[in-house]
Amino acid sequence: MAESKYMTINMGPQHPATHGVLRVVLELDGETIISSTPDIGYLHRGIEKIFENRTYWQGEPLTDRLDYTSGHSNNLAYCLAVEKLIGVEIPKRAQYIRVMLSELQRIAAHLLWVSTHALDMGAMTVLFYGFRERESCLKVLETVAGARLMPDYIRFGGLREELPEDFLKEARAFIEELPGRIDEYETLLTENVIWKGRLKGVCPLSPEDAIGFGVTGPMLRASGVNYDVRKAYPYSSYEDFDFEIPLGTVGDVYDRYLVRLQEMRQSIRIVAQTIEKLPEGPIKADAPAYVPPEKEDVAHDMAALIRHFKLMTDGFRPPKGEAYASIESSKGELGFFIVSDGTDKPYRVRIRPPSFLNLGSISKMIEGSLVADVVAAIGSADIVLGEIDK
Amino acid sequence: MSDNGEYLKILSGKEAGIKIVPAPPGEPCAVVGRDSIRQVLDHCRYDRDLGFNMLVDMFAVDYMGEEPRYEIVYILRSTKTNARIAVKTRTGEEGIETISDIWPAANFLEREIYDMFGVPFANHPDLRRIYNPDDFEGHPLRKEFPLEGKDFDKPFVVDLENE
Repeated sequence: MAESKYMTINMGPQHPATHGVLRVVLELDGETIISSTPDIGYLHRGIEKIFENRTYWQGEPLTDRLDYTSGHSNNLAYCLAVEKLIGVEIPKRAQYIRVMLSELQRIAAHLLWVSTHALDMGAMTVLFYGFRERESCLKVLETVAGARLMPDYIRFGGLREELPEDFLKEARAFIEELPGRIDEYETLLTENVIWKGRLKGVCPLSPEDAIGFGVTGPMLRASGVNYDVRKAYPYSSYEDFDFEIPLGTVGDVYDRYLVRLQEMRQSIRIVAQTIEKLPEGPIKADAPAYVPPEKEDVAHDMAALIRHFKLMTDGFRPPKGEAYASIESSKGELGFFIVSDGTDKPYRVRIRPPSFLNLGSISKMIEGSLVADVVAAIGSADIVLGEIDK
Repeated sequence: MSDNGEYLKILSGKEAGIKIVPAPPGEPCAVVGRDSIRQVLDHCRYDRDLGFNMLVDMFAVDYMGEEPRYEIVYILRSTKTNARIAVKTRTGEEGIETISDIWPAANFLEREIYDMFGVPFANHPDLRRIYNPDDFEGHPLRKEFPLEGKDFDKPFVVDLENE
């Protein structure tokens, strides 16, 4: 065997700290990383191709399977792009509920991140606490959609159905309880000497590098760049709510942890405001060509039945054109670009997965650091392979 | 969001041959010839009047039957002014020049386009397939690529002797 100064080792694809099937080939000089190559595609399902052969309706369930920790957000991004294409106006009530759900979803996703990241770093207690809260968050989301991970509740033109009766009460109870719980995590972690020693100054990303690599979401904001799609290009009435964008200073793993915890607190604020301000009114847009009728009408009205049948079997035909819509999901900017050729199936659907571009910066981040820090860096990027591999 | 019309005007002053097309219901965008795309994007990135410092997305659309066949779309943002702009160009099988030195983000994005459409990027530092294995045949997002594999109904045989 040829003599080489460096050692090459494989991390993954079966490795608990890579959060899925990510393989990173590391070139080491002792304990120091000289270079690294992420290898992805183990979960590639060709979702963009499947989109091209399904009607717009049938496409929506596919979006749940991208980032499986934030289903509502994915549905919202896809619906916004299609709605831009067909040009319908969404009622205020539906917009507020959409905001409420995607913020609850962000809380659930960040709770999952805090728990698993703490576990990766060796702090096991936080996992049990975090999953307890995530469980109650998912229970709240389950009452509205009937599913925990694949909701499909946000539909073109509004929502699937009216909120269940006690949903608001449950959501309020959850967000009233949560701030105290986040304080608990902070007591466990924020000033913990081991936690700080493990995370502070580890794998920092400068603002220039972060922007150059197209990094978005909490990772970009931890580097101190004030960029949030909710503020920069408000969608779904985000401009009606007061919230702040937490920023980091150094951009290391510790900053990313702080930014995500602060973001949860801001999400609680937003959810509280949506519950308070929630207007009465319809939850579906008045666009008979695209939006199916109420289920009750289908049972009584012949015309509604025919319309429902036509929409569900044939789908609808948006006008020719293209539309790009993006939202701030829990991982970063999630965008959908849809080209319509005037038929009932999209000509091309492009998904801009935030994790994919965030992963692109991994090699830069871990260059020159120690092997043990790779786990911290990958964990802090909060990647979901379902989204990266599409 | 500010109106990107003025940015398009500034951009078209910098380089000859830029066509601005209104594309309802999307936003207007700049359509650029294949040969000048690199200079135009360089302007977008470094010119002080433009300052689009972030490449948000880059992807291809296959218009089979048209010539040139592939449309490459670049979506750019400025994190300072929140301005956004889209730049498009068309290319055939011969490919296009890389911009991974202007934005490192393009490294992964170009590899994805290469994998899915087979459009090569000249001077790319590491042009390999990103999702599919290296010995994969064909480019899945091309319109002629079948929905089911050619041997999809045959049993999968593992031949350990000749491995």
